[in-house]
Amino acid sequence: MPACAGMTTESNMLHIENLHAEVDGKPILKGLSLTVNAGEIHAIMGPNGAGKSTLGYVLSGKPGYDVTAGGATLCDSSLFDMAPHERAAAGLFLGFQYPVEIPGVSNLQFLREALNAQRKVRGEAPLSGAEFLKIARAQAAAIGLDAEMLKRPVNVGFSGGEKKRAEMVQMGIIDPKLAILDETDSGLDIDALKAVGDGINRIMRKPDKAVLLITHYQRLLDYVRPDFVHVLAGGRIVRSGGAELALELEREGYKDIAA
Amino acid sequence: MATRNADAIAAAEKTYEWGFSSDIEQDFAPKGLSEDTVRFISAKKGEPSWMLDYRLKAYRHWLTMESPDWAKLNIPPIDYQDAYYYAAPKEKPKLGSLDEVDPEILRVYEKLGIPIEEQKLLAGVESDVPQRKIAVDAVFDSVSVATTFRKELEQAGVIFRSISEALKEFPDLVRKWLGKVVPIHDNYFAALNAAVFSDGTFVYVPEGVRCPMELSTYFRINAANTGQFERTLIVADKGSYVSYLEGCTAPMRDENQLHAAVVELIALDDAEIKYSTVQNWYPGDANGLGGIYNFVTKRALCQGKNSKVSWTQVETGSAITWKYPSCVLAGENSVGEFYSVAVTNNRQQADTGTKMIHLGKGSRSTIVSKGISAGRSDNTYRGLVRVGPTAENVRNFTQCDSLLLGGDCGAHTVPYIEVRNPSAQIEHEATTSKISDDQLFYAMSRGLDQEAAVALIVNGFAKEVLQQLPMEFAVEAQKLLGISLEGSVG
Repeated sequence: MPACAGMTTESNMLHIENLHAEVDGKPILKGLSLTVNAGEIHAIMGPNGAGKSTLGYVLSGKPGYDVTAGGATLCDSSLFDMAPHERAAAGLFLGFQYPVEIPGVSNLQFLREALNAQRKVRGEAPLSGAEFLKIARAQAAAIGLDAEMLKRPVNVGFSGGEKKRAEMVQMGIIDPKLAILDETDSGLDIDALKAVGDGINRIMRKPDKAVLLITHYQRLLDYVRPDFVHVLAGGRIVRSGGAELALELEREGYKDIAA
Repeated sequence: MATRNADAIAAAEKTYEWGFSSDIEQDFAPKGLSEDTVRFISAKKGEPSWMLDYRLKAYRHWLTMESPDWAKLNIPPIDYQDAYYYAAPKEKPKLGSLDEVDPEILRVYEKLGIPIEEQKLLAGVESDVPQRKIAVDAVFDSVSVATTFRKELEQAGVIFRSISEALKEFPDLVRKWLGKVVPIHDNYFAALNAAVFSDGTFVYVPEGVRCPMELSTYFRINAANTGQFERTLIVADKGSYVSYLEGCTAPMRDENQLHAAVVELIALDDAEIKYSTVQNWYPGDANGLGGIYNFVTKRALCQGKNSKVSWTQVETGSAITWKYPSCVLAGENSVGEFYSVAVTNNRQQADTGTKMIHLGKGSRSTIVSKGISAGRSDNTYRGLVRVGPTAENVRNFTQCDSLLLGGDCGAHTVPYIEVRNPSAQIEHEATTSKISDDQLFYAMSRGLDQEAAVALIVNGFAKEVLQQLPMEFAVEAQKLLGISLEGSVG
């Protein structure tokens, strides 16, 4: 089980090779290739229906999303050989575009069980209640979420902004190696956007970690400056560039690129 | 104690961990049911003659009755002659001394993680739950084999005995209350129970006494082809309080076994009884072969002013569960509560709920029922809220929620509301839901495998009920929920 330990800036965190994937029998990804190294932040942009969210779901193993060709490795281990919970233990985190509600289960209980389940798979000792609480509170404070929210059932009655902040708290507690953030900026006001952006930088901008930011708009990238920007259109990456590519897309739109 | 049991449960892999049977020398009544059987049982127990008369009256009445047919249950006909009505371990233990108990029996309870030896409780056992003393009455087949903490309870004036012993030591007290809440003619299985009950628990808490520890009984059916007919009677005198818990397991066998118990609770003025059940009788195999028939009559009489009875049940076992723990709210401002989680998986069936009978002015009741169906099982909530014509200002709140796992199971709700006083306030809410794939994937993407994700979500669904249980048993019940649903999704 790869813990992605010892990743350096020259290491392959994520390597996707000619990925084809279907949803309900409909092909969405049609030969997508991408390499993300440790220490890098990549932004994936593109028109609606291009397959951006699909990429995140396929990589994290959502049922109903089937790989029909190609492969991917996480820290040199085959990703698609692993069950979703194993991918999490290996260091992959998916920030949901629409975080899910779980009635009757508090954030604290959920995250403590999840984290300890991951630690068990990795052969690490579980955290005690007190140790966990300390980490959880610190993460909530850092993102500007009231600690009381942690006692409430997961996402139940949370506003859009609170849900996205809560995703950041989860990410901070789980502390993954590779974060795939699916439209994390959607539905956020300026303050929340800044808080989330700061959170991503604080938690994930490290030499042994990497981020795949799936985003429709440029504005999150004002706070989280990407090293690489890719345009996903028609199920493939059709163009790549640096941070300035995002600004160009903002000015010109997708229609010329997504031919 | 509960943590050790929980560890044992966690180690089980889709098998009923308590399915082992033990080779213990036992005394049996001749097979079948007749007046002779009834006399045999009464004689074995050395009962007073009025007790034998009571049994015979019940038996004769039972012969005139027919098995009820109205529940949403598919019950194959039961051959009442094809069973033993008395099975007791041969070594009769001396009262209060564990040395006389067959060590095999002690090993059974050890294996189940149930503390019969008080020393084990008092020694520090690692657990992340503070250690508390719990007095235990262990009933092996038809007989109570051990009751702990007798001295401490005696000091407080609390009587905690097996019914057999209570009949010998406190016959007048038992006679005063036995059958007052569930009379002989109440229903078919109550009549049968009154005729052939072999043991159970008797509790009496004197005026003003708060019972110093939790009381509990663990029922273990071991012998094949025997019925288990235990009888429990708890009386809380004025201003007293007692919390009681019963747990149940049975070995795996191909034949069905009948468990027809009767539980009567009486709460006088300002008294409170908290009664919790964690039921894990053998549920039958995946195809519905074998399993316990759990046909139980449980009723509380809230006789006194401000009296209160709270029923909490977690039913995960049995092939068929048929029970309605109820409260007759006779006293002014009396309170009745019913919290239930009933799980059915594979081919299990459950028709369970409660009856709240409001007679006293200002009486209140709360009903929270959580049904979880999986496999090809059927789960029915059946509840009655009745308000009598002179019961002023009654309040009831009922919430029944069903959770369906998979597409082949059923959840049904049959509420009866009969109100004959216009000042009553009755509320009823019901929801039906399934575990969404999104919820499952969300949990799995955070590192929980499928079984753990299902258990987490189900526990969240049942939380309101589980938090009514005494602390140690809440932990055990949570693990039990997870285990009883293994393999149900996917």
